[in-house]
Amino acid sequence: MRNIWTIASREYKQFFISPVAYAVAFLFLVVLGWIFFSNMLTAITYAAYQSYAPTVQIVISPMVTLFLFFLPAITMGALAQEQRMGTMELLLTAPVKDWELVVGKWLGCFMFVLTLLAVTWVFPIALNAMVEPGIDQGLLLSGYLGLVLMVGAMLAIGVAVSALFSNQLVAFAVNLGIMMIIWFVQAVSTTGSATGGLGDKILTYLNFVDHYVDFYQGLIGVTNIVYYLSVTALALFLGTMFVETRRWR
Amino acid sequence: MIEVEGLTKDYGARRAVDHITFDARSGEVLGFLGPNGAGKTTTMRILTGYMPPTAGVAKVAGFDVVDQSIEVRRRVGYLPETVPLYTDMTVFDYLKFMADLRHLSNAEDRVDDVLEIVHLENRAGGYIGNLSKGMRQRVGLAQALLHQPEVLILDEPTIGLDPAQIIEVRSLIRDIGRERTVLLSTHILSEAQQLCDRVLIINKGHIVAEDSPERLQARLAGAQRIALRVQGDTDGLGALLNAVPGVLSVADQRDGSVELEVQPGRDLRADVARTVVSAGIDLLELRPVGLSLEDIFMQLTREEPEPPSVAEDADDGELLSAVEDADEFVSGEGQSPEENED
Repeated sequence: MRNIWTIASREYKQFFISPVAYAVAFLFLVVLGWIFFSNMLTAITYAAYQSYAPTVQIVISPMVTLFLFFLPAITMGALAQEQRMGTMELLLTAPVKDWELVVGKWLGCFMFVLTLLAVTWVFPIALNAMVEPGIDQGLLLSGYLGLVLMVGAMLAIGVAVSALFSNQLVAFAVNLGIMMIIWFVQAVSTTGSATGGLGDKILTYLNFVDHYVDFYQGLIGVTNIVYYLSVTALALFLGTMFVETRRWR
Repeated sequence: MIEVEGLTKDYGARRAVDHITFDARSGEVLGFLGPNGAGKTTTMRILTGYMPPTAGVAKVAGFDVVDQSIEVRRRVGYLPETVPLYTDMTVFDYLKFMADLRHLSNAEDRVDDVLEIVHLENRAGGYIGNLSKGMRQRVGLAQALLHQPEVLILDEPTIGLDPAQIIEVRSLIRDIGRERTVLLSTHILSEAQQLCDRVLIINKGHIVAEDSPERLQARLAGAQRIALRVQGDTDGLGALLNAVPGVLSVADQRDGSVELEVQPGRDLRADVARTVVSAGIDLLELRPVGLSLEDIFMQLTREEPEPPSVAEDADDGELLSAVEDADEFVSGEGQSPEENED
């Protein structure tokens, strides 16, 4: 545990030194803020004609999509950078187990994104002040819980991919590709028949975003929690394998 | 402290280390000498638990490097060839991070201690990226010393240092080597001569010689030479000296100077001097010329059978091509294998 924490806290601190992390956080918040602003503008404009009150979903929904592109940028350097700088040799000859290294890296990235998520709370708070009689807090909590779980799984995949390469950009591209596949796997399964066979069921189960829909609508389901936790665990396990196979080459 | 038996490592089809066997005792500085690409770094990486061997057994402080890797890593301080540093961290933070990974209870004190040892106490707050190569090398060394390891493995520790620092680092290594085990690789032969109690000469994955530097020199010298310088003409002197018992031949004769090849193990200086002086020639200088470790090294590493393509330009091309070979397993450098799969 101690090694995980040592590695995670270094990784976390490094984000506040690295310009890339600042650029990612800045872009993320600016885009999110702009979407929030334009949504509010629409709501105010049409308020005279219909009784439409925006929910917290106007904040969460764009975040889900933004994470698809932003999270690979957060994890791309996690292990690839260590490999490129040669510091991997340092970590792999320190008395640290491979899985501790991978989990520590993941935790550091996770803590950084959690910080980013904490900052996005300004939008629900602002929204809460603007709509009567305030926003649905159940929707807010389940939405954010789902985001935390989803982000954890996405980052785990990112760290695992990063273990395979020594070039950050390649890690980014491959990670984005993998994310796209599990993101859109639904398109394949639902164009068939809704009551498809086992294959369709598996594909539907694998879809990454499907499991988020319940959270988005205010439902906290055990299946969905289990799904994201298993993806996280599996990805971290694979990441450890990738680090281990590096030693054999 | 270090026991290695039949250690072999293949990179794909290429055999980097081929059945090497050696050991190192506590309180010994063992030198690893060889051209680039000879297998020094690979052997060290196996001993530090960075990579497993293809075959063979290696033990450090009684622990197997594969099965008890973590125990080995706890006891080893390692300075890799390309000093791995986080350039965007300060010296202190970097060392503190490494100390924390090693669970040192008095981490900050230890960091201060090692900074003092490598004379970087006034750069503790500076970013590693702003340090010179020599300073970075010393930060790497500080990192290897943090946990007062029983075994210190240093891959070319004095590279990039200025002469004053080289002297300092060498005396530091000597101090450490009195109580602990130090395994260092170098291709600076005089360094091996000065520092090491024992030298292993390794070439193309094989150990080609193993002994103390002095004994190696004596054993491999074969013939010894005596160089002398005289006033004036040396005509006829060659023939005169050839007649001295024990002199094998006159190797070189130029104006004012003669070099003799003599039987090893016999000190012929007095005889030679007497001969010269009694011939009425003024003797200005007389000194024995030993075969240097450089010569032995070249002799040993060249005796190895080589593939014909390399043999053609063995003299100057060998080292160059060996340099390229070595780069293949230096991580973090341009064409490392890690980057090839990208």
